[in-house]
Amino acid sequence: MAKRSAPEVNAGSMADIAFLLLIFFLVTTTIEKDSGINRKLPPIEESEEDVIIKQKNIFTVLLNKNDHLLVEDEVMELKNLRKAAVEFLDNGGDGSCTYCKGKKNPSSSDNPDKAIISLKNDRETSYSAYISVQNELVAAYNVLRNRRALEIGAQKGFPKMNFIDMQDNYKDVRWNGNKEKLKDVIDQIKTEIPQKLSEVQ
Amino acid sequence: MSKFKKKKEGGLAPINTASLPDIVFMLLFFFMVATVMREDTLMIQNALPVANQIEKLDKKNPISYIYIGKPSANYKKFGTEARIQLNDKFADLGEVGTFINAERAALREELIPFLTVSLKVDKEANMGIVGDVKQELRKVNALKINYTTGSGDALTNK
Repeated sequence: MAKRSAPEVNAGSMADIAFLLLIFFLVTTTIEKDSGINRKLPPIEESEEDVIIKQKNIFTVLLNKNDHLLVEDEVMELKNLRKAAVEFLDNGGDGSCTYCKGKKNPSSSDNPDKAIISLKNDRETSYSAYISVQNELVAAYNVLRNRRALEIGAQKGFPKMNFIDMQDNYKDVRWNGNKEKLKDVIDQIKTEIPQKLSEVQ
Repeated sequence: MSKFKKKKEGGLAPINTASLPDIVFMLLFFFMVATVMREDTLMIQNALPVANQIEKLDKKNPISYIYIGKPSANYKKFGTEARIQLNDKFADLGEVGTFINAERAALREELIPFLTVSLKVDKEANMGIVGDVKQELRKVNALKINYTTGSGDALTNK
């Protein structure tokens, strides 16, 4: 008997079927954006107690309806905001802050714990401008925290790790280091340079 | 009848397309893995601004989404001002509180304090409506919020 070869199956339409599925998935799904700037809103408090804050400890940032910036009563470009905020936070005016490297200008903030950044915007301010300003202010805090993390980390056994890396490692289950010690370092940095960003309604 | 058939003349040999399905399947699998099903049908424009000091939203914790933006082309009859969308519908400011309470009611008790509200706001929206929503969130004590953004240089936002 002669051997007969198996008949070939026509797979020409397979591509069509796959395309159909592909297009279905393209249409019904989205690539999700799931990252952003985390903020905590202040709770509404019943008791109206006025807290007296020295004017020099407040860094006022105003954003008007044309998206122009007014920082400490001076017009400023967005790209200079980060540097100005770092200088303000890092000033160390009363000398109680041992890790500050600022100019110790007596008319600027006392120490990072007392320094408050106050952000005020108009109703007509565009959201994108607002996010840019928020981003720059958070960046200013991160600059200082990263610098501090490199200093403390070297002493505590986490060399060459900035604050962002520390937080990432702390959350990462696969990271095999001493998490409790790392948590202490993160908490220390957070208390030394707290994020005090207030928004005026 | 000749023993030697003449070769057919003219016409190119057909291109072998056997690997085409493989390529398409590869694309298909990529999209199946990298994307998620749409949760809500967006009735508004929702181009998010970019920022670079961003943190990932923790998927372990419950997240509620509030969308804000101009009604998109099909919904022009709702005006040109930015509006709030909750779930699949346009909503008024007063409904934000109800929405958060409903979201909370659907959660397990121990997770309620960890509810994060993700604000997906179109970059052309004004801060007025965002401020109002934030005020409403404060009223119902939903204080953890996240301004959801894309990643990129914030200075290019304009």
